[in-house]
Amino acid sequence: MASEATQEATQDASRPDFARALRAAGFSGGIAFLLFLPLIAFLAAQNMRNELVLETRWPLFAVFVASAFFGRLIWELSPRERLKQQFAETLQSPIRLGTAAATLTIAMGALRIVARAGFGIESDVALALSYLFGTGAVVTAIGAAVAWVKSRYPATTESGRRRQSQIGVALRMVALGFLLAYPLVMFWFLGTQGSIKWIDNFGIQILIYVMLGWGLNIVVGLAGLLDLGYVAFYAVGAYSFALLAKNGLPFIAFASEYPFLTVDFYQLGPWAFWVLLPIAGVLASFWGILLGFPVLRLRGDYLAIVTLAFGEIIRLVLINWVDLTNGYAGISGVPRPTFFGIPFIEGEGGFAAYFGIPFNSIHRTIFLYYVILMLALLTAAMTIRLRRLPIGRAWEALREDEIACRALGINTVTTKLTAFAIGAMFGGFAGSFFAARQGFISPESFTFMESAVIVAIVVLGGMGSQIGVAIAAILMIGGTELMRELDVLKHIFGRDFDPTQYRMLLFGLGMVLIMIWKPRGLISTRSPSVFLKERKAVSGAHVREGHG
Amino acid sequence: MEVFVQQLINGITLGSIYGLIAIGYTMVFGILGMVNFAHGDVFMVSAFIALIAFLILSSWIDGGLIALALLIVLIAAMVFTSLVNWAIERVAYRPLRGSFRLAPLISAIGMSIFLMNFVQVAQGPRNKSIPPLFSDVIVLFTVDGYDVTISYKQIVIWLVTGILLLAFWYLVSKTALGRAQRACEQDQKMAALLGINVDRTISITFVISAALAAVAGTMYLVHYGVVSFADGFTPGVKAFTAAVLGGIGSLPGAVIGGLAIGLIETFWSAYFSTDYKDVAAFSILVVVMIFLPQGLLGRPEVEKV
Repeated sequence: MASEATQEATQDASRPDFARALRAAGFSGGIAFLLFLPLIAFLAAQNMRNELVLETRWPLFAVFVASAFFGRLIWELSPRERLKQQFAETLQSPIRLGTAAATLTIAMGALRIVARAGFGIESDVALALSYLFGTGAVVTAIGAAVAWVKSRYPATTESGRRRQSQIGVALRMVALGFLLAYPLVMFWFLGTQGSIKWIDNFGIQILIYVMLGWGLNIVVGLAGLLDLGYVAFYAVGAYSFALLAKNGLPFIAFASEYPFLTVDFYQLGPWAFWVLLPIAGVLASFWGILLGFPVLRLRGDYLAIVTLAFGEIIRLVLINWVDLTNGYAGISGVPRPTFFGIPFIEGEGGFAAYFGIPFNSIHRTIFLYYVILMLALLTAAMTIRLRRLPIGRAWEALREDEIACRALGINTVTTKLTAFAIGAMFGGFAGSFFAARQGFISPESFTFMESAVIVAIVVLGGMGSQIGVAIAAILMIGGTELMRELDVLKHIFGRDFDPTQYRMLLFGLGMVLIMIWKPRGLISTRSPSVFLKERKAVSGAHVREGHG
Repeated sequence: MEVFVQQLINGITLGSIYGLIAIGYTMVFGILGMVNFAHGDVFMVSAFIALIAFLILSSWIDGGLIALALLIVLIAAMVFTSLVNWAIERVAYRPLRGSFRLAPLISAIGMSIFLMNFVQVAQGPRNKSIPPLFSDVIVLFTVDGYDVTISYKQIVIWLVTGILLLAFWYLVSKTALGRAQRACEQDQKMAALLGINVDRTISITFVISAALAAVAGTMYLVHYGVVSFADGFTPGVKAFTAAVLGGIGSLPGAVIGGLAIGLIETFWSAYFSTDYKDVAAFSILVVVMIFLPQGLLGRPEVEKV
């Protein structure tokens, strides 16, 4: 009897309330009407004489308001609680997830066949949908595998835990293997023209941000110092490399009295990259210390703003000190990296001739991919090792409680400065790699937006979590790069539609949404570096992050 | 001397714009303890709203009624920008209240990127310039053939800023709303226990700060006659510098800081080099933070265990 009553009550609660939903939707529609009225309904366009004229876009405006109204209406009427519960149940069930993955795969195949057979818009939409379903299939298949492992080897038993950690190690090996094989596989399947985009725009670009994210993770995630000017060290690394490689050391003339000091980097020729990479890193770490000193006493938001100001100062100096940096025009002709002394050139003495294979411009791209992969892995390995050293533990202690640190006799000055210096060093490595990869650098590449993107990657990934940072970099950078590829959208939204315009728009929106969804980042558990008896992950909520 | 007076006039004009934006930073920091990173972009959005309002009006009003037009533009910009900031607070910051400290800051950075690119996509990436308004000048005095002038534009900016600051001061210090706002700044939990609607008060704080940013945006448009989607960042950081210089959380401090930054920037440009004027402003921020973290009028922060 009682259970029946409760059932009725829950049914009553889940029954949609149309009047309330309509009121809410009307409210949203009204707000959207006022919000979008000035900037969407009207356009301040320039005419032929470059005068401003007012144009109206009522249809577009109507679409915005209507989507706000109906979106809210659907949201209010949807049985959210039940859907949430069902979603949670599905996540636990490998069979349901597996079925979903299989269905999506079949749907993808069917749509692709339609796309092949059809012409024009329909086939483009079908192709876009098939990509969407394909991604969904992969994600649900991974989810099914995880759910299966969790149900087969529960973490509550000793053997289950051991097996889970074994699977974790195996997965890491597989991931490493994938990363190593990636450019070669891409080249094998897609050829020179087809694969260069995937290796360069996706592989190298994402890995640069993974490395920058891991480097900043030392400062933000481990030491808890929010640095909004990390791009300064990236810039210092890039400019140190470019200037030293092109001009040599400024005191060469002085040093010629001491022949052993005379190093003209230009004469290093093919070795320039390999000699200057560590030097650029060291110079960047000096700048890290230089920045670290004045901000020692600052905490939290104040520290963030001062580091932001430092980043901007460095960029403004790079713009205005034209004699040294050539200002906005930038520095071109930066020496490219070589295969340990063998340049990637056509003909005698080149990489292809040396190894007796036909010349192909992609060799350098593939080599660059491996260089940045090694640099990124070096960053990760060093971070993991440093966490176990006294200095790494001091960083994490500092993040948790600075006063307690001082009371325990930890030297907070050296602790903060080493964090800044080591974080900056990796930024410098990444910067000199960037300069060598592009062959051209200008202050445009080192705006505040870059710093914001790197901080976003670290925080969205879950500060202090290496794998989380990597996932966030793949999602945010790979996702925005993928926007360039979506030519199909042109057929849906018209010829003038340029998907690349919307990259940063969606990036900003993504930052806000992920923060609201998971304020602790995508990976919200942390595994402590020191543990008693068994390694247990702790919730990110127990870690005091970004305190100051 | 004549250059000095001229730069003083220019500096106060620029400084009053910074001061208006700085109040927004300082109010939000005072009540929520967060740096509202998107505030500079809200300022930029307000300049665009003012631009659109101006274009709508200019097709109806010719010449004569320009003062009335300015008033309408100002009110339109204040209303719509307030709404934008209210929506931003509702969507991006309120769900994160009580979360860890960095979350709202990251959300605000995301919002800043979003607003900038939204305006770029919606209104196009090019600079928008309007024909000059109030461009007549009054010659105050002449020394050795150098005219020290003040333009009608500058007088309008001084007047509007002055009147609105007075209204704002009255609102914060004499009304129930202002008392609630100050109470929430001191202790939100206690204020809630005493029957103050904290959520509403915070929303109103965002609305007020946006309205003042809209005044700054309109004045910016009148003063420079040109605006682009990227114009929010640098004035935003400078206004934050002003808020920090004056002592963050202190309202008179924000105005004084704004004037100081405006004056330093114009004098630096006049006597040294325009190239490094932004570097000067940012360097001041760094120096102030290091030697005077509580600012000119702020209370020093006591570190408690």
